[in-house]
Amino acid sequence: MNGYLDMDLLRFTTAGSVDDGKSTLIGRLLYDSKSIFEDQLKAVEAASQRSGSEEMNLALFTDGLRSEREQGITIDVAYRYFATPKRKFIIADTPGHIQYTRNMVTGASTADLAVILIDARNGTTEQTVRHSYIASLLAIPYIIVCINKMDLVNFSEKVFENIKLKYNDIMDKLQLKNVQFIPVSAKFGDNVVDSSANMPWYAGTTLMNMLETTVTDHKTDIADMRFPVQYVIRPVSDKFHDFRGYAGRLSGGVLKKGDAVTVMPSGQHSTVAAINQCDKELDEAFTPDSITIQLTDDIDASRGDIIVGEGETPSVSQDIHIMVCWFNENPLHVNNKYIIMHATKETVAIVKNIENVVNINTLEPEPGSTTLKMNEIASIQIKTAQPLVFDSYKKNRTTGSLIFVDVNTFETLGAGMII
Amino acid sequence: MDKYKLTHLKELEAESIYVLREVAAQFERPVILFSGGKDSIVVTHLAYKAFYPLKIMFPLLHIDTGHNFAETIEYRDALVKRLGLTLIVGSVQESIDTGRVKEETGYHASRNRLQTVTLLDTIEKYKFDAAIGGARRDEEKARAKERFFSHRDEFGQWNPKNQRPELWNIFNGKKNMSEHFRVFPISNWTEMDVWQYIYKESIEMPSIYFTHERKVFNRDGQWLAAESCMKLKSGEIVETKQVRCRTIGDISCTGLTLSKAESLEDIINEIAATRITERGGRADDKRSDTAMEDRKIAGYF
Repeated sequence: MNGYLDMDLLRFTTAGSVDDGKSTLIGRLLYDSKSIFEDQLKAVEAASQRSGSEEMNLALFTDGLRSEREQGITIDVAYRYFATPKRKFIIADTPGHIQYTRNMVTGASTADLAVILIDARNGTTEQTVRHSYIASLLAIPYIIVCINKMDLVNFSEKVFENIKLKYNDIMDKLQLKNVQFIPVSAKFGDNVVDSSANMPWYAGTTLMNMLETTVTDHKTDIADMRFPVQYVIRPVSDKFHDFRGYAGRLSGGVLKKGDAVTVMPSGQHSTVAAINQCDKELDEAFTPDSITIQLTDDIDASRGDIIVGEGETPSVSQDIHIMVCWFNENPLHVNNKYIIMHATKETVAIVKNIENVVNINTLEPEPGSTTLKMNEIASIQIKTAQPLVFDSYKKNRTTGSLIFVDVNTFETLGAGMII
Repeated sequence: MDKYKLTHLKELEAESIYVLREVAAQFERPVILFSGGKDSIVVTHLAYKAFYPLKIMFPLLHIDTGHNFAETIEYRDALVKRLGLTLIVGSVQESIDTGRVKEETGYHASRNRLQTVTLLDTIEKYKFDAAIGGARRDEEKARAKERFFSHRDEFGQWNPKNQRPELWNIFNGKKNMSEHFRVFPISNWTEMDVWQYIYKESIEMPSIYFTHERKVFNRDGQWLAAESCMKLKSGEIVETKQVRCRTIGDISCTGLTLSKAESLEDIINEIAATRITERGGRADDKRSDTAMEDRKIAGYF
């Protein structure tokens, strides 16, 4: 039984157009890996029959909300879980329709890997470009391109190779690395969990095998140490009279007891006196663990500050250049003020200008105007009320990302990736 | 395995502790919704670890249907005493007595749905701005769509079609007066993760999770406890069986599993082999295909 206790976790997201069969593929992964239980199976069989479908509709395993079932489409991000003896998986199943770009960005923000679906009959489309662009924008390190519905093109190797060739152009344009291709039929299960007898020309492995074996190298050992302070723990008790702990989650690199550190943005220097995890003391901790640290000096650090490794200084500025994806029906306006949440810091920012809007279907930059509409992506310049301590998003997904929050309704309006 | 790679349980724990610390930082009056079930027990354990050596600063809120397993209440009271916590009880019986809700009648009568009113009334009374729950996305299809920080309007309602996008590890807990949040720190855990974690951390559990003899009866293929609040139909007979709870809810809607699992190892092996979901024994989910979605919109846990 102990083997189960130290599995590895992989978070992946799926992207595909409305009818590419994304939900069916996930349903197939769950079904063929025996992650579907008898009562779920019965419920889906009954629901399939009610909707007049002759075969079991695998997509019903993932569509949860009433309106999604009624319309047969996925509206919101749904999270699914399954495990094999090798790995535990968290899937962010995101909607393919253009109006839900924001949900795709949401699902991609925490993913280590993206599965992009292409309908073999249609080949690469504008949607494929869009999904690949979002994967590259959100810096998802690994991509698996699933060419689906192979059953509808007679399992043709030529069709598969042609699509692969076309996708190479997208890869070049987006500078995507670590891309794997696989021909599948989600509906019939070819190359999903079990190898396909219909495509003897395909020498590669199954989708499940790729998911189980893709090495997610986080380069923790060489990354700069980043520790955003979340909460200061100061118990008022005799036993812990002098305890002053900085609680937070390591967001880059490795931290060792005795390490020299700098508190940003103040620039005060100190040394790590102890790393605590509840009542245990650790010699070292690494990303993304939640810990509490004590410093040797009695210095002023609080929520919003970032403790960094000595000599691994991040940028500190009020003028910040970002790629933003807008989520709200009310457009972003130049000169508007927004609340900015960045790591554990909160401040206000004004939008200085919109430089370029990305045409996500052609990937060509177009000159920006004074507004940015829902689902649009642009490079913009903001000025914050207080300086932010940050890295580029490409370097660090935590210290390089931020969200826009409405000053009145407090809704989350957009996502920013620092350039 | 990579030297600098957390195991799945460590990574889930780190994420949940991060979420709990965000609650402490962003809200003024958070509360832990405590049912006495394994998920709320794990959430309370995580809160203990998140703030140590500080005492957990959140009170526990138990919505009491009056139809509890006695073992749950014993466990609850012992835990509160051991950790030095404040316990608040919201009573469904009181909501019935004061006319806030009407008791269901018939054989399938349950106080499960009535809890929503008591819960929202209690949240309003104590001005709680964040109610931390142990709900998990893998439990049920409507819960699969939940955010970690889930906004509730001034009527306590959930709007599943217009949820705030939640990106990276940035949790937006900002709200207007009289709105509140539900926070689900163990959103990404599965039933198996929960039991493995309980095993790894040696968390003490209520005895009804382990096999015991109980007077039960069978209704529609489901074993239910033959307690005084349950009305038997003709033909239903009370028998004594070796059972355990897989989830703990109100007596009226908690299906019992025939089981000989005596230890945490036994439970983990049993779950690894089972072909029925954990909520497969919950009568409250079977009322319709979208029963959970409908209850959640109204403000249920």
